[in-house]
Amino acid sequence: MPPPVTSVNVRAVTLNIDGRDLSAREDETIIEVCRENKIPIPSLCYLEGLSIWGACRLCLVEIAGQGRLFAACSTRVADGMQIQTNTERLRRYRRTIVELLFAERNHVCSVCVSNGHCELQYLAQTCGVDHVRVPYRQVSYPVDSTHEMFRLDHDRCILCTRCVRVCDEIEGAHTWDVMGRGSDCRVITDMAQPWGESETCTSCGKCVQVCPTGALVKQGTSVGEMVKDQHFLPILARRRHLT
Amino acid sequence: MNLDDLEDLAAQYRAASADVRQEVRVCLAASCQSSGAQPVFDALVAELGEQRPDCKVKGVGCMGLCSAGPLVSVAAPQSGLEESTLYRDVAPEDAGEIIASLDGAPVARLHCPTDQPFFTRQHKIVLENAGIIDPDSFRGYVAQGGYAALVRALSEMTPADVLREVTESGLRGRGGGGYPTGLKWSTVAKMPGERKYVICNADEGDPGAFMDRAILESDPHRVLEGMAIAAYAIGASKAYVYVRAEYPLAVERFQTAIRKAKRSGFLGNKIADTQFSLEVEIRLGAGAFVCGEETALMASIEGLRGQPRPRPPYPAESGLWGCPTLINNVETFANIVPIIREGGDWFATIGTERSKGTKVFALAGTITNTGLIEVPMGTALRDIIEVIGGGIPGGKAFKAVQTGGPSGGCIPAAHLDIAVDYDSLKTLGTMMGSGGMIVMDETSSMVDVARYFMEFCMTESCGKCIPCRTGTQQMHAILDRLAKGQGSRADLALLEELCEVVQATSLCGLGQTAPNPVLSTMRYFRDEYEAKLGADRQVSLTDSQ
Amino acid sequence: MSMTSKIKVATTWLDGCSGCHMSFLDMDERLIELVQAVDIVYSPLVDAKQLPEVVDVGILEGSVSSEEDVQKAREFRQHCRILVSLGDCAVNGNVPAMRNHFKLKDVIERGYLETATLQPQIPTRSVPALLPVVKPLHGVVEVDVFVPGCPPHADAIWYVLSELIAGRMPDPSSVTRFGA
Repeated sequence: MPPPVTSVNVRAVTLNIDGRDLSAREDETIIEVCRENKIPIPSLCYLEGLSIWGACRLCLVEIAGQGRLFAACSTRVADGMQIQTNTERLRRYRRTIVELLFAERNHVCSVCVSNGHCELQYLAQTCGVDHVRVPYRQVSYPVDSTHEMFRLDHDRCILCTRCVRVCDEIEGAHTWDVMGRGSDCRVITDMAQPWGESETCTSCGKCVQVCPTGALVKQGTSVGEMVKDQHFLPILARRRHLT
Repeated sequence: MNLDDLEDLAAQYRAASADVRQEVRVCLAASCQSSGAQPVFDALVAELGEQRPDCKVKGVGCMGLCSAGPLVSVAAPQSGLEESTLYRDVAPEDAGEIIASLDGAPVARLHCPTDQPFFTRQHKIVLENAGIIDPDSFRGYVAQGGYAALVRALSEMTPADVLREVTESGLRGRGGGGYPTGLKWSTVAKMPGERKYVICNADEGDPGAFMDRAILESDPHRVLEGMAIAAYAIGASKAYVYVRAEYPLAVERFQTAIRKAKRSGFLGNKIADTQFSLEVEIRLGAGAFVCGEETALMASIEGLRGQPRPRPPYPAESGLWGCPTLINNVETFANIVPIIREGGDWFATIGTERSKGTKVFALAGTITNTGLIEVPMGTALRDIIEVIGGGIPGGKAFKAVQTGGPSGGCIPAAHLDIAVDYDSLKTLGTMMGSGGMIVMDETSSMVDVARYFMEFCMTESCGKCIPCRTGTQQMHAILDRLAKGQGSRADLALLEELCEVVQATSLCGLGQTAPNPVLSTMRYFRDEYEAKLGADRQVSLTDSQ
Repeated sequence: MSMTSKIKVATTWLDGCSGCHMSFLDMDERLIELVQAVDIVYSPLVDAKQLPEVVDVGILEGSVSSEEDVQKAREFRQHCRILVSLGDCAVNGNVPAMRNHFKLKDVIERGYLETATLQPQIPTRSVPALLPVVKPLHGVVEVDVFVPGCPPHADAIWYVLSELIAGRMPDPSSVTRFGA
């Protein structure tokens, strides 16, 4: 959530990220400070303007003096914090997590409508995933084309829940949710009805725009044609916060 | 109400059944019920009839030796299990003989000596009333000294006094983590805010663990009393008990306990005529293991999907509906009453330097005396398995014991002499967990064991974070290949790497600990993994259609 | 430069569209530069019919879908010092692997019976038996360099070969990606 008008009580802190001394407001999270300072941290579920989900685990960072890793999206900065965002160990973990995602469902980039505009595809490249070491699970997932404007392909879904959050928090419709457990989890519309039959969906298309992959796309798009635009989100989120 | 008033009440309850000289106690907890305790109870009641006002047939909670159930004990009122005559494997047809023997010699055919180590080597604090009192009887609990700790806390102690006693006791959380209870309570007590909550975590989900179930089924008022003391100490007026729906008997008995305590003024408004009020509500878990994780549990209570969220903020800071919340496990709350009654310093004399008090363990697997035991922290594992547990049946050799369920690890024979406490188990690569001990004999394959626990974690993963959701899938697939003799050395290396990643990156405890059974079986039984390697596979990708 | 100092390169295609080889040819005038440094000793693009005993760099395109693909992959692994997995089909199964969601029997019946207009029959000779599951190349043999892309751009192939010629291990992620 973008912070509201700065409160007078919020102090400034100094911290060190990857050897750089930086200042920040104490109510900021590590990932916000990194984005401000152009320090690249990979992430999938985090999206500025939506609530924190903390599930993709790609933004994990090392904090000096702490035994465990911390998700940059859900950890607030503190004075004197020493943070490493790109150690060999973190790179290795991120690589493996991206590989696990590719092996879970069916991400066939070459024939995907989001080819070239996909955050997962981009992450694979930046994390150095040039092949997947674990076996592909080879499980079929359905495609829901019942909505007249949009299409849902579960094969490409990574369960980041951006669609669920934007629909609930920004559009206020709460059409989307998640059902099932483990790898059987699926995003659903209403009570797992076909999207086209949803009574709550306003067809605003925000879910499609925030989806990082080719899971939610516009009908009628062909390979590589689905380009997403998320500029609306910080603006709407800020406006929603003010009212 | 002060302690004298309560003692008067207890004396009054005892006087009401002063005629009874002998009690025939039938265990009506879940495990004896499953071997037919209810018909035994009914037969005994019918057999006794109305002729003997000096005798009474009474349903009680767990006596511990579940493998010998249905259990029946004959004892003087208020006396303990060891002074009683215990009968094992009782059938309804035995009722006549048992009733006839009340004035004479015990029925030798059914007799189960209580001077054997299984009974004499235990130290009962949490289970002191289990198998003695009728769990459905409020009067029975009070007659046994119940609610004295709560009345004492309310009438003679400030919340700060209570916190001090709990802190001094050195009690650590019995749910598995071993976090100092006094510290947790003090943190919640210090948090600002009008509304605070107490939650009792009774979502016992580890395979082979039934400690919390037994406590709730045997002595529900003790848990309730502990929760009330906690609520008083931290300043809460609302408490939840989160019980899994798979424990219908525990739920029923706890519900009865809440109702009766409320009717008698020990719950609800102005408890024991003080300004302290507390409402306790039961919430049923719908069967997800992850809901034992505190943030997922709170989400479930709030009516949301039972999924964990990142910590911090910890529940002590921002828990149920954003309010400071104290979450403790059933056994932790069950320890509070004796701590307040006898004092924190008394409690601290039991156990080891850093792990105080006793621990209830559920013995399961290939062990002679399967059942529930309570021993002081620091008891040698060998004593638990070989002396109290009676060793391995059928002349087989002990191989390993799994502690901590799917989050823990195994301990091989070479480490049997370890003194069991939170820290010693950690050094062996396992954990105390909630207290399940699954004993395995020489015929168990440790790769199969690892696969079993991984399958459990895989099916119980909520699916929120990627490493747990997909990592457990992949690890299970590898373990399955290994178990079938189709795995390769590359598989083994990949498995170890996935263990590290899932452990380090998962969102909650379920994922972070899911690799533990694999890591621990690999640590102690690497040869079994090596022996399972298939012939000439160079790489790990295999058919998975 | 003498023939013996040139790097021996072998290529072939497994289950793919040969598009990666076309992309290879798209190196255009750089091919001239390439032949100064390498000797293509075996490839669908040249006449040689026998894989030499020792090859420096083997390049395989396509996924492993049939018994014949497995044999070819193993042969390349045996004879090549460095094995390159070229293109998405070899790297991740890609389009050929999309049949993995169906039973092999259903796939064959669909291909040879249901959609055939003339004399529908399932071939028993001359066509290699299909595997039940399509695998990426590293599913059957160890691979040293992965070059994703559908197809990888000629520039990416040029970069990878240039690095290998120079005796360095390339980092293809800097120039190509899945689906590129």
